[in-house]
Amino acid sequence: MNDFSAAPNAALDARVLDLLVGVAPDIDPAAVRADLDFRDQFDFDSMDLFNFAVAIHAAFGIEIPERDYRQLTGLAKCVAYLRSRLPQL
Amino acid sequence: MDAAEFPVIRKLGRHAPAISPNMGSYTQERDRFAWEPARTALRTGSRSGVNIAGVALDRHVAAGLGDHLAVRYIDRDWVRTDFTYDSLLRAANRCANALRGIGLTTGERVFSLLGRGPALHIAALGALKAGMIFCPLFSAFGPEPVRTRLELGEAAVLITSDVLYVRKVALIRAELPKLRHILIVRGPGASVPADTHDFGAMLAGASEEFATVAMQDDDIALLHFTSGTTGKPKGVLHAHGAVVAHYLTARLALDLQAEDRYWCTADPGWVTGMAYGVIAPLTCGVSSLVDQEEFDPERWYRVLAEENITVWYTAPTAIRMLMKAGAELARARSYPGLRFLGSVGEPLNPEAVIWGLEVFGQPFHDNWWQTETGAIMVANFASVDIKPGSMGLPFPGIDAAIVRRTADGAAEVILEPSTVGELALKRGWPSMFRGYLNNEAKYRECFAGEWYFSGDLAKRDAEGYFWFVGRGDDVIKSAGHLISPFEVESTLLSHPAVAQAGAIGVPDPVSGASVKAFVELRPGFEPSRQLRQELLAHARRRLGAAVAPREVAFLETLPRTRSGKIMRRVLRARELGLPEGDLSTLEGGA
Repeated sequence: MNDFSAAPNAALDARVLDLLVGVAPDIDPAAVRADLDFRDQFDFDSMDLFNFAVAIHAAFGIEIPERDYRQLTGLAKCVAYLRSRLPQL
Repeated sequence: MDAAEFPVIRKLGRHAPAISPNMGSYTQERDRFAWEPARTALRTGSRSGVNIAGVALDRHVAAGLGDHLAVRYIDRDWVRTDFTYDSLLRAANRCANALRGIGLTTGERVFSLLGRGPALHIAALGALKAGMIFCPLFSAFGPEPVRTRLELGEAAVLITSDVLYVRKVALIRAELPKLRHILIVRGPGASVPADTHDFGAMLAGASEEFATVAMQDDDIALLHFTSGTTGKPKGVLHAHGAVVAHYLTARLALDLQAEDRYWCTADPGWVTGMAYGVIAPLTCGVSSLVDQEEFDPERWYRVLAEENITVWYTAPTAIRMLMKAGAELARARSYPGLRFLGSVGEPLNPEAVIWGLEVFGQPFHDNWWQTETGAIMVANFASVDIKPGSMGLPFPGIDAAIVRRTADGAAEVILEPSTVGELALKRGWPSMFRGYLNNEAKYRECFAGEWYFSGDLAKRDAEGYFWFVGRGDDVIKSAGHLISPFEVESTLLSHPAVAQAGAIGVPDPVSGASVKAFVELRPGFEPSRQLRQELLAHARRRLGAAVAPREVAFLETLPRTRSGKIMRRVLRARELGLPEGDLSTLEGGA
């Protein structure tokens, strides 16, 4: 069976990783594990998370309340959050 | 920020302290204050002996408070680990014996590179008990700041975790011949790397009996690195006698009382986290909370509410992030026990002071001190009216003044109110630093006659309140951390594309200042987005996210003096659109 969701998923992952690397260029996007929090894999502090949220806001045009920042702390979480906010993704 | 704009918060009626503070009247306390009675009461072992860890632990256990909760750690999954005064004492004893067991003696230096967990408390208190000098390093430092500090501090032992060892220590270890042992705090399932010891196994195999070594007031206990404008980080030395100031400032400036549940959010890798996160609350016999997770607004409110925190000591960056997260989030829980809020690390803006009043029913109490002073020197007290935006009044045993340096290097006290000058303190308080490591000349430069120069610019109003104005030098204060522009520049210069670098702090609404670097490229390199990202990555890998610049900009030429020194002042002025000042020494004229 063809999995048609694979392609858009990968594209969204790539967009998010691009924003992540923009904030923390020391991160190798190929090495990011989707299921782990960024800070468990790299040196990624709360100012980085804040800047990452600002970058997502600018790229996707959504307001992200501070209380939602905790949903941006890992790749899979972040993609799931974006899908919940933007079902068309 | 005029005082008139923000009304004084009176400590009578509505905003009176919920319970009677340790210090009733500031003026009375100032009149009768002396360090001596506490110094006598806190002796360890003999009439002249003292030991910070003895005051923190042995004294309470001897007084029958062994079963009182000393520290509670909360991990990511909200699993709580509790240590009573007795269990922490026994763990620290095991550590002291274990350090002796690998050949360490009094006066040798024990470093830690650890997150906020039990191992850090045990390592610090164990080393202090055995009369060794303890130096905590911030676990978010990259390999380069770690290497520099271990080398300058001539570390004999480093206690770290398996994860931090692999990320930050393994690669630099060969460059540190004086580092004899590395002790590893193992995570679940992790193994111990080659040529290291298992710290947990060492503790398990050591005796829990240890006679705390009686030190003298001037014997060095702690080493904290701080950042300067030029040159390498400065190693600030503190003595065991400082514990008198830890104890009294915690009692009077933070109003710690026996039944308090206290939360200091600072990381013990910095001086606040060691002095007021580890030492001071233990000297007062209170119960401390340590959250092992990183900042998260909802989590922090949960800690405050569920742990029924009574005294909370935090930092402006965190408060401003909480403000951004909105008051509703705070109001979703209640904090009936919370009775004192303190803040330190950088000046607290008046809006934040008042925000505390709005959401917690308590204003934030800003206070001021620095690594060199070892303890709180100027503070807003529980019983004293607050002028929002002001750092408050000098601690009762401290004489503070605004001074200017005369041509011959002496200090001249400025009596005219609200005049900007350098904040100075009359020397001789118990926690005054005892030196800069291997730099006696630099230490002497900090003093003139009876005055210690803080390097901070401030003013004092007609009622004696002190107001912070700015740093007198180029050191950058970001998210409460002092960052040396020199360390940032040196790291950028180690990249082959960079010919010159200058780092400054640019105002940031959340962190106070963020680090911005300007670079001049070597011939053959062109500015590009890719190169900018590469330089940021280079700096982050070596310095760590907390120290590395968040922004890099390219300039054709950096402004410098005729002698070739980068003029950070001019970079800053241009960035902020300020007058550039006297440019007569600038290369190429002005």
